[in-house]
Amino acid sequence: MNRQTMARFLFAFFFASVLVSCAHVKEYQKSRINDSEMSLSSRHIEKNEQNAESYREGSSGANGGKTGGGCGCN
Amino acid sequence: MRKLSLAVIGMYLSMVQAFSQAPVTDSSGYKPKKLKLDEINFVSSYYDQTADKSAVMGGEPGPGGVANVTDFANGIDLTLIGWDKKKRKNTLALGIGLDYHTAASQAYVDSNGTSKNDGTRIYPTINWTRENEQKGTSFGLGAYYSAEHNYYHSIGLNALVSKKNKTNGEFSLKVVGFFDQINMIHPAEFYPVDSVKNTQSSDSIVYRTSASGQTEAFVYNNGQLVSNTKSRKPQTPTEARNTYTASLGFTQVINQRMQGSVEMDLVYQTGYLGLPFHRVFYNTGKDTIENLPSQRFKLPIGFRLNYFLGDRVILRSYYRFYIDSWGLTSNTFNLEVPVKITPFFSVSPFYRFYAQTAARYFAPYKVHSESDVYFTSNYALANFNSSLFGAGIRIAPPKGVFINNLRTLEIRYAHYMQTTDLNANIISFNLTFK
Repeated sequence: MNRQTMARFLFAFFFASVLVSCAHVKEYQKSRINDSEMSLSSRHIEKNEQNAESYREGSSGANGGKTGGGCGCN
Repeated sequence: MRKLSLAVIGMYLSMVQAFSQAPVTDSSGYKPKKLKLDEINFVSSYYDQTADKSAVMGGEPGPGGVANVTDFANGIDLTLIGWDKKKRKNTLALGIGLDYHTAASQAYVDSNGTSKNDGTRIYPTINWTRENEQKGTSFGLGAYYSAEHNYYHSIGLNALVSKKNKTNGEFSLKVVGFFDQINMIHPAEFYPVDSVKNTQSSDSIVYRTSASGQTEAFVYNNGQLVSNTKSRKPQTPTEARNTYTASLGFTQVINQRMQGSVEMDLVYQTGYLGLPFHRVFYNTGKDTIENLPSQRFKLPIGFRLNYFLGDRVILRSYYRFYIDSWGLTSNTFNLEVPVKITPFFSVSPFYRFYAQTAARYFAPYKVHSESDVYFTSNYALANFNSSLFGAGIRIAPPKGVFINNLRTLEIRYAHYMQTTDLNANIISFNLTFK
C-alpha cells in the first residue's frame, strides 16, 4: 500500500467516523444547520461554473452536477 | 366467582377499547393544495476564456491552436409545490437554459478558419418529486433535453428515491441515463473531395459544401455572382453516445453546527466517446481524427463537510477523488467561507484546487505515432492542475431586495487558471423570487 492509498484510506476512515459519531439533534436545535448556506449541495449560482469545469477537465460527477451527456462534456 | 370473572372481562374490554384505534377522522381540517408557484430562480453567467492548444487543431500551441471562448448562459427554474390527499408534498421543477457562445477553435473545423464560430445551446428540464414527510421517503422522476445547433442533441432521464432515518441521516439513490446523438461533422479536409466543386467559370453553378454539411449553390453569369441559395441540408450522419449513472448518497447531521455527506457515482459510457472534429497530428505531420475507446467506466466519490463556526462564519468544504478506466485520476479540493456581515448579507471567498493525471490515450501535438490504436490531443485529458478562486456576495433581507418578491440576490466572480495556459473569468448572477 503506497502513501497515497494509505492517506485516502485514513481520510475515508476519519470521515466515516465523524458521520457515525453524530449526536442526536432535535428540530429546535437546527437553527444553524438549516441556514441556507449550510446546504450540502452546490449553490444555484455555481451551475454554469461547474458546466465550464466539466468541459475543460477530464473528470466529473459526485458533486450533484452532470456525469456525461452533451457535446464535449466528457 | 362468576361475578369476579365478569368484572375481569369487563375491565379487559374497557382497556381494549381505551387503547384501540379510533376510526381515522381528520380533525385537523387538512385540505390538499394544488400545485402553486413557490419559487423562481434566474441564473445568468458570462464566461470569457483565453487559451491555445485547441482540440480542433490537435493541441497546436500558439496562435494556430487558439481556443478563446466566450459564453453567455442564462437559465430560469420554476418550482411549484402542492400537497395531495395523503399529505404528501409534490414538487414540480421546470427549467430552461439558453446559452450563446463563440469559440475561436470552432472556426477551424474548416481548414482555413472560416467556419461559423458561434452557436446556441438550449436545454429544458422537468423534475417531479413526491415526498412523504411522515415516513421520510421521497420518489422522483425527471427528464432533460439539450441541443446545440449542428453538433448534437441529448435526452436525459432520471429516477430518484431517498429515505430519512431517525438520527437525521438520509440515504438516496438516483439513476440517470443520457442518450446523445452526435453529428459526425469532420474537419473540412476529411470531406470527400467531390463534395467541394471549385470549378469557377464565367457561366456556371458552383456547389460548395461547408464543414457543417450545408450545401450552397452559387450562380455566376459573366463572372458575376447572380445568386446563392442554400440547398436543403443533407442528412449528416450521427453516432450514439449513452451515459448511465447510479448515484448513491448519504447525508448526516453530526451535531448542532456540523453536517456532512458522501456521494458516489458509478458511471458507464458507451458509444462514440470522442468528437468528430477533434484533430490529431501524428509525429509525421499528417493529421487524422481523434479515436477513443467506445467504453468508459468512471468512479467519482465526493465528501462534503459544513461547519458553522461561531455566529458569523461557515466553513463549506468538499473533496472528490475520481478514477476511470482510461487511466485518468483526479483530486479536487474546495473550500468556501461565507462570512455573515449581517444576518441577511454575506460575503463568500472560495478556493478550488484540482489536479489530474493524463488519460493513457493523450499525447500533445505531433507526438502520436501512426501505429497508435487510440489517440487524442484534447487537453481536457492531459496532465494538469487548475485553480479557481474568487468571491460571492449574497443579500437576502426578509422584506426582499428592492421589491418584496425578490428574496435573494447573489453575485459571484471566479478566476480559473490551468497549467495548460488556459485562463478564464466567469461572473454569475442569481435572482430568487418567491
